[in-house]
Amino acid sequence: MATVKESKIDEGTLASADEKLLAGVDESREPELEKWFTASQGQLIWWRFKKHKMALIGIAVLALLYFVSMFAEFFGPYGTTQRFAAYENAPPTRIRFRTEEGRFRSPFIYGLTRTVDRATFRQVFTDDTSVMYDVKFFTRGEQGKILWLIPSNLKFIGVDGDVPLLIFGADRLGRDLFSRTLHGSRLSLFIGFGGVFLSFVLGTLLGGLSGYFGGVVDDVIQRMIDVLLSIPTIPLWMALAAAIPRHWGVTQTYFAITLVLAVVGWAGLARIVRGKLLALREEDFVLAARIFGSRQLYIIRRHLLPNFMSYLIVHITLAIPATILGETSLSFLGLGLQPPAVSWGVLLRDAQNITAIAQRPWQLIPGAFVVIAVLMFSFLGDGLRDAADPYKS
Amino acid sequence: MLAYIVRRFLIIIPLLVLISIIVFIVIQLPPGDYLTTYISSLRASGVELDEREIEGLIRQYGLDRSVTEQYFIWVGGIVLRGNFGWSFQWQRSVNDVLASRLPMTLAVGLASLFFVWLMAIPIAIISATRQYSLFDYVFTFIGFIGLAMPPFLLALVVLWIVYSTTGVAITGLFSREFAEAPWSFAKVLDLMRNAWVPVVIIGIAGTAGLIRVLRATLLDELRKQYVVTARAKGLAENKLLFKYPIRIAMNPVFSTIGWILPGLISGQVIVAIVLNLQTVGPALMRATLAQDMYLAGSIVLILAFLTVIGTFISDLLLAWLDPRIRYERKN
Repeated sequence: MATVKESKIDEGTLASADEKLLAGVDESREPELEKWFTASQGQLIWWRFKKHKMALIGIAVLALLYFVSMFAEFFGPYGTTQRFAAYENAPPTRIRFRTEEGRFRSPFIYGLTRTVDRATFRQVFTDDTSVMYDVKFFTRGEQGKILWLIPSNLKFIGVDGDVPLLIFGADRLGRDLFSRTLHGSRLSLFIGFGGVFLSFVLGTLLGGLSGYFGGVVDDVIQRMIDVLLSIPTIPLWMALAAAIPRHWGVTQTYFAITLVLAVVGWAGLARIVRGKLLALREEDFVLAARIFGSRQLYIIRRHLLPNFMSYLIVHITLAIPATILGETSLSFLGLGLQPPAVSWGVLLRDAQNITAIAQRPWQLIPGAFVVIAVLMFSFLGDGLRDAADPYKS
Repeated sequence: MLAYIVRRFLIIIPLLVLISIIVFIVIQLPPGDYLTTYISSLRASGVELDEREIEGLIRQYGLDRSVTEQYFIWVGGIVLRGNFGWSFQWQRSVNDVLASRLPMTLAVGLASLFFVWLMAIPIAIISATRQYSLFDYVFTFIGFIGLAMPPFLLALVVLWIVYSTTGVAITGLFSREFAEAPWSFAKVLDLMRNAWVPVVIIGIAGTAGLIRVLRATLLDELRKQYVVTARAKGLAENKLLFKYPIRIAMNPVFSTIGWILPGLISGQVIVAIVLNLQTVGPALMRATLAQDMYLAGSIVLILAFLTVIGTFISDLLLAWLDPRIRYERKN
């Protein structure tokens, strides 16, 4: 039995093949056309997706971000709690290639000496140019567990000597912001998946029930969605997050926050699933399958689900950044993850007021990571949407 | 039309009831209550309270009743007397606390909405009519950034840029000398001078979103046959543009109120905390942390209420603008 999925492709390919023939494609391109005819849906999507340059950039940058976050113990030179007593609030370390005499050499850094400006009572850091410390790649550092499993002290980058290499500067406790940002990306990036997974389960389940059964079930679920969508998100998140007990551990709080974010997230998805189901339910192929004697569950799984899977994937790709932004906002306000947990939002709490930003602007760097991650997910989502649309030439 | 308005209005009432129930459940979620925390902090600071005093306090705040009763007392007070309850934290009525903050919140919210329209409509029209031009690319890029940057982060960055270039801290809605002063013409002028910063920051995300929708709609319209026909008949380009496609493409301006408005209000809460504005944002923040349940609940309820009203108005405007919508509902 020819499935719906396949018949859809045939329509699409026939249409585009017709156009190509009409446009006067010469005989020599026939093998190419044949490839187009026999391509699977997945291949067609991939071909269209490849044309979307921004989406490709998005996927590459995201892969890099996730890879680095998984191996934060290797890429970050220091641990999240390692403190450098003389380097509290120190600015980013300048990596130099030229000595004082103006000769070029391999990268090195200077140590910093801290003095207090007598006029403003602010601390001032000056380079201590007496010793040059070499910047080394693949060096040894603090013992850590890569991927929570493999004990290793290998670091991607480090300094030969007892001065710290603070690529993004230090926070008020003298901890390396670069290492903390990399470690923080783990919680921030993966909460997107967790929250979206929960929204996905809730959204497809309730949206599916709503669209499939209709009637009272539909009415109740639709009113619930109306209510959730008309309460402004952030106040609702704040009120919900306030219910998380302060004494909970990092893991518990993490799951609670994920749940809070999903409570709002499922509503939009449920609405899409319902709308699609309502439209598809009336299609001829569903009627045909029913006459053929297929069971309901089989129809849903085999005919309905493949038809709106692409919408779901696009929606999910665009929902992940919303979840990341949600976690960042809540943690920034102090209602989300709590220290000692490290996430981008927790790190941004150090930049909450004008004095902090004015004196230590590097505390805003984790914010740049948030923007990049969200931007890349938007590019990826746009590319997927264009690629998954079978009616687009 | 009148029947539609009435029907649409009647939907609001059960929606508000449901919202109030959910809000009340949510604010009841945190374990313990304000009074327990308050009493233990009094005890910790050495103040001795006897059982009778504690009981008196509990009864005074109605905490000895069941949750259902508390809900009906709260909602009853709001509906019958317009009384939103008591704020434990401020030791004042919620109405009192919100009296000055709510109008300011509304003013900033509405100003942001107008800013969104003022910016998005012309930019979208120029972008769509000159697709793939430099202008289009620049604003598409800015739009992406606007969508990717949480408003509070934008506020921090703007704060930092202005401070590091001019040395001025652009926080608050009033300059220092006007903060406590009574209302006067000079104070209004001062408000105008200071308010544009939060208005712009809060409005950027909405502007970016609206530009995307408007541009896409207008591009779809411009490809339609009637545009070609009108052009073939020799209609002047500007006249053609403003008479047909733009009028149709304006629909999203009103249909998106439903999600732009909650977005503006949501964004405003955090931006207000960063920029230290005297709106409901910082009050909500402190109330949720201190379990000041009636204040927190009332703020969330009022914000949701404003959103529902905003959506209602947008639906009415749409029905008035686009007759197809009314007929569709009838069938």
